[in-house]
Amino acid sequence: MIGGLFIYNHKGEVLISRVYRDDIGRNAVDAFRVNVIHARQQVRSPVTNIARTSFFHVKRSNIWLAAVTKQNVNATMVFEFLYKMCDVMAAYFGKISEENVKNNFVLIYELLDEILDFGYPQNSETGALKTFITQQGIKSQHHTKEEQTQITSQVTGQIGWRREGIKYRRNELFLDVLESVNLLMSPQGQVLSAHVSGRVAMKSYLSGMPECKFGMNDKIVIDKQGKTGSSEDAAKSGKQSIAIDDCTFHQCVRLSKFDAERSISFIPPDGDYELMRYRTTKDIILPFRVIPLVREVGRTKLEVKVVIKSNFKSSLLAQKIEVRIPTPLNTSGVQVICMKGKAKYKASENAIVWKVKRMAGMKESQISAEIELLPTNDKKKWARPPISMNFEVPFAPSGLKVRYLKVFEPKLNYSDHDVIKWVRYIGRSGIYETRC
Amino acid sequence: MTDSKYFTTTKKGEIFELKAELNSDKKEKKKEAVKKVIASMTVGKDVSALFPDVVNCMQTDNLELKKLVYLYLMNYAKSQPDMAIMAVNTFVKDCEDPNPLIRALAVRTMGCIRVDKITEYLCEPLRKCLKDEDPYVRKTAAVCVAKLHDINAQLVEDQGFLDTLKDLISDSNPMVVANAVAALSEIAESHPNSNLLDLNPQTINKLLTALNECTEWGQIFILDCLANYTPRDDRESQSICERVTPRLSHANSAVVLSAVKVLMKFMEMLPKDLDYYGTLLKKLAPPLVTLLSAEPELQYVALRNINLIVQRRPEILKHEMKVFFVKYNDPIYVKLEKLDIMIRLASQANIAQVLAELKEYATEVDVDFVRKAVRAIGRCAIKVEQSAERCVSTLLDLIQTKVNYVVQEAIVVIKDIFRKYPNKYESVIATLCENLDSLDEPEARAAMIWIVGEYAERIDNADELLESFLEGFHDESTQVQLQLLTAIVKLFLKKPTETQELVQQVLSLATQDSDNPDLRDRGYIYWRLLSTDPVAAKEVVLAEKPLISEETDLIEPTLLEELICHIGTLASVYHKPPSAFVEGSRGVQHKRLTGSAGSGESVESPDNGSAAGVTEPPPAVIPSQGDLLGDLLNLDLTPPTTTGPPPPTSSGMQMGAMDLLGGGLDSLIGDESEPLGGDLGGNSAMGTGFGAPPAVMPASFNAPASGGLDDLFDLGGGVGMPMGAFNPPKTVWLPAMKAKGLEILGTFVRRGGVIQMEMNLTNKAMSVMTDFAIQFNRNSFGLAPAGPLQILTPLSPNQSIEAALPLSTVGPVMKMEPLNNLQVAVKNNIDVFYFSCQYPISMLFVEDGKMERQVFLATWKDIPNENEAQFQIKDCHLNSDAASNKLQSSNIFTIAKRTVEGQDMLYQSMKLTNGIWVLAELRVQTGNPNYTISLKCRAPEVSQCVFQNYETVLKN
Repeated sequence: MIGGLFIYNHKGEVLISRVYRDDIGRNAVDAFRVNVIHARQQVRSPVTNIARTSFFHVKRSNIWLAAVTKQNVNATMVFEFLYKMCDVMAAYFGKISEENVKNNFVLIYELLDEILDFGYPQNSETGALKTFITQQGIKSQHHTKEEQTQITSQVTGQIGWRREGIKYRRNELFLDVLESVNLLMSPQGQVLSAHVSGRVAMKSYLSGMPECKFGMNDKIVIDKQGKTGSSEDAAKSGKQSIAIDDCTFHQCVRLSKFDAERSISFIPPDGDYELMRYRTTKDIILPFRVIPLVREVGRTKLEVKVVIKSNFKSSLLAQKIEVRIPTPLNTSGVQVICMKGKAKYKASENAIVWKVKRMAGMKESQISAEIELLPTNDKKKWARPPISMNFEVPFAPSGLKVRYLKVFEPKLNYSDHDVIKWVRYIGRSGIYETRC
Repeated sequence: MTDSKYFTTTKKGEIFELKAELNSDKKEKKKEAVKKVIASMTVGKDVSALFPDVVNCMQTDNLELKKLVYLYLMNYAKSQPDMAIMAVNTFVKDCEDPNPLIRALAVRTMGCIRVDKITEYLCEPLRKCLKDEDPYVRKTAAVCVAKLHDINAQLVEDQGFLDTLKDLISDSNPMVVANAVAALSEIAESHPNSNLLDLNPQTINKLLTALNECTEWGQIFILDCLANYTPRDDRESQSICERVTPRLSHANSAVVLSAVKVLMKFMEMLPKDLDYYGTLLKKLAPPLVTLLSAEPELQYVALRNINLIVQRRPEILKHEMKVFFVKYNDPIYVKLEKLDIMIRLASQANIAQVLAELKEYATEVDVDFVRKAVRAIGRCAIKVEQSAERCVSTLLDLIQTKVNYVVQEAIVVIKDIFRKYPNKYESVIATLCENLDSLDEPEARAAMIWIVGEYAERIDNADELLESFLEGFHDESTQVQLQLLTAIVKLFLKKPTETQELVQQVLSLATQDSDNPDLRDRGYIYWRLLSTDPVAAKEVVLAEKPLISEETDLIEPTLLEELICHIGTLASVYHKPPSAFVEGSRGVQHKRLTGSAGSGESVESPDNGSAAGVTEPPPAVIPSQGDLLGDLLNLDLTPPTTTGPPPPTSSGMQMGAMDLLGGGLDSLIGDESEPLGGDLGGNSAMGTGFGAPPAVMPASFNAPASGGLDDLFDLGGGVGMPMGAFNPPKTVWLPAMKAKGLEILGTFVRRGGVIQMEMNLTNKAMSVMTDFAIQFNRNSFGLAPAGPLQILTPLSPNQSIEAALPLSTVGPVMKMEPLNNLQVAVKNNIDVFYFSCQYPISMLFVEDGKMERQVFLATWKDIPNENEAQFQIKDCHLNSDAASNKLQSSNIFTIAKRTVEGQDMLYQSMKLTNGIWVLAELRVQTGNPNYTISLKCRAPEVSQCVFQNYETVLKN
């Protein structure tokens, strides 16, 4: 299991050091600093073995988190734990920065004591933790006996993510379908790979212990219903259903129920959480098409023309569009003309960045640039990194639709109809690249 | 509230000041002071001097302060054990606190204080806490047992905590169950044989129930524990799998991978024809792919595991090639791993896509990645034959870029492609040679040298090229040196006339001027091969190489099985068994997959009849690239089953060894190029020397041996030196009457491991004879001319000429009657003449026919008695030693001698060129001229011949 956990700043100074096992000594702290943080070479692996001691690290901005062990631990678990640790810290004090870590070091020690015991991760749900690890340490003294048992049963219980007795005057639910669409396209416009990775993010402000059921246009479910329902119905809905390659759920979702009936039922945590993640690869709507044209004019000049076409309903608006056209390292000057938005050559990033604030569907726009090059005798050709694109669209590129989200609370006096529900779809670019 | 200020107090007399503050009456000030102490501790300052003062702050109702003091205690208790006792009271009191959080905190902290005296006090509170009414306390106490066990295992056993812990597996609270499982698993690891984790269907059922209810971490503990269970039958296996599969949809990758581990393991038990087996296979792919959209560090762990899974069950991901395409922004460690998996998944169906990708990657920036991409192209060529041509042309394109490391990498892989597809792509050699100068890495240089040596006959200036490498021989790496040595020997065997000097040079560089034993040994082996038996040398060095297998870098199957049992753990990341990186006893038990009865280890795709891997034999594991070049005699890639020529042992080396010791290189070249010349033909100057047998045993034999050599030659203590092999005198094979005036007298000799047919040809006709040629009919031991008959001058009337024809034993075989009969056809300008002759079987006795004593004994017993043949040799007047010496010169080796009642028993062995061993027991009685000989051989047919040979040798 995890033998120790260290947090360093970018210089390699220790901000937090918590040792759980006897086989990890102080020298481990230095070994990581010397061999990884101060190493000249780029990091070649997130797992490093130094003198039979293994170090797992993740970086958040310029803060290093390292878990140390001398045993054959579950490596996946260690990384999952490190991410979870980051989430918990972020939930308590925001961004993980040197200043924030130093400002909250007592809190961090307290958290580390709670969520790792002898190197075994324990309950790390922020919702539960916040009930008894507070920044006002004294407060925990004033729990009544009932409150105390409530805390402990929540931390250890089946529904460790939600406490009892939550009350809201207005029962509200916010559901965001957030998708990032990834594309790799050849210069000829052939799709080399494309997939959508999506998340269903929720904010629930519901009283009591509500039982929720979530439904979407999952092909498997729709097809099953189609068999029982009328054929016309099936044909109608069949078109709109999507094939989900795989999905994973927040621990509140009853997985065995999903496995058996493919229904998503759960008692939600209070506040923000991520209900599910999914991935689709079929029938993806690619919101933009990038058509690059690069021409080398002699050894010292490049002509680039890039056309972008929006491929969705003309009534919808895409936002925050950014096209990044890489330029060779020996670029000396760039002239750009674009029809829409603003374009700039950024020497430090070796790229022309073209930004368009808004663009409606079924439109096209274009940029052309002349790139002057310094003559070099470097034999190696320019690697021509792909043209990448960023955008945000108000629909789900996978075609996912929320069909229902039902809430039942048997004990309290409110029904599904009383809950105010908000649903929003946002499609963003993931890695959206076109080779040129 | 900003705590960061505590990090900046670096005034002088800090400890003193802190001491004062810790003893302050004000609570706030105390707390501030403890915070400062912890901050100092964090950055590595020694604040142990404050121990009593900090411990004094322990008695407080402020939970935050208490936790800070506990943190300090855990760090320094070990260095101040006596003072740590001061804290015991508080702990014991806290364990009785009405607040479960405080009870748990106390028991948790106490377990972390590794001081014997404290652990004694811990037992009672721990016992109570294990039975606490609050699950939070129980789950903490469960882990505490593991802590205590780590400090004092005996104490835990004596106190009966293990049983209590086992009871907790049936606890009503899932988290308590999970922690108990974790603690028991850890304790069980250090007691490999104990039946601690008594896993039976009932407990398994409890675990599976808890699995649905506990936290994500608890699920991991339970799944990891389940993976160690061996189901009783396939039914149970399936039912566990069914209950574990829902975990594949968990958001936590560790839960997913641990579930994959359980499924991969239990799948072994399922019959392959079961429907469920196929369903399960299909269910495994999506979650594995999903892992690739996790954070890069997790992707890395997932990819390392997928690498294992793909090797064990390629069918799972065979359609998922695209997801392993490298993204421009992937961290380098992810890119390299993806590339590895791409190669493993490459098949005829997707090769076009893969190649297009690889070509793209080869133009990227990161050197390691580019190299690996180039190497991957080569591997595709080897793996998918249909793509080989495209791969080669892609590699040529890449060579044209002239980017140094790309060129070098390309040459290394092209060498492998040559190995896989001989005589197919040699047209590219010219392009490769152009880039000779730019090669500065050993592996590339070695590969290029191999190519030049292997194709020496097609490269006009091969000798110049190799010579250019020879200049800096001692600066080269071992890999290059070895390869250069082999390449030059190859060149010499192919073009002997022009390269004598070169071969001499490299042999002396390798044997005399090098400190590297491998290089020296190889040098000597070549040297001796060339000097004793150039034909054999040719057979060995220029032997057809076994084709390389398509899969390289495969993990060795037993290791792979073990690693599959460790999916998700560090072992699966390192691809090493835990024992390789874990100290002590923990985790060093080797885990194995347990297959279902009968179907065993075989990995078959469920859809029998589909193309994938069903009919293919399991690929042989090839060592990594580096070893590829260290091919001793070019044969080390042969799997052990392939029979190659056995390396000559010292006992078989007498002749060559003597030459070596005496005359050194001169004699080597002097003696040895003769048969070689004959063998290769085309050198008229060499033919003339054949008549006179070269001085076999130079007088200088006893001259001081050059350093380091004597140990190499086991010239045998007891056995006297051979007196020269018996060679039967020439007899008339073909009378002039029968052959239109051509008379042939002939005999056979064996010299330096080479069988020669020596003939006197006399022209008794009236006209000149020319255009001699010779052919053998198929015969029992595959004797065949190793080269054409070297009679180059016309034979005028009444002229005699002597000719020696080296023979090989690799010709076609047919059993003759008698066994040693040889039918020969000789042709000249007049006609073709046929005759038959018999060769003494001793010609076929090889020089390394001396068996080890034990082996002899075992073999003798092993050969059935009906194979034994007994003969009498009459009228022989030698004593046993003389007989032994005489026989030894014909390569009949005496292994042991025993004297029983005035009767000497000689145990002898000999080995025929075709590998047949003959064992003999020769009984010599003093005063009795009649010897008795018993021969044992697995091929009893040869006994008669061997007996005759004994008779001839002993009587002459």
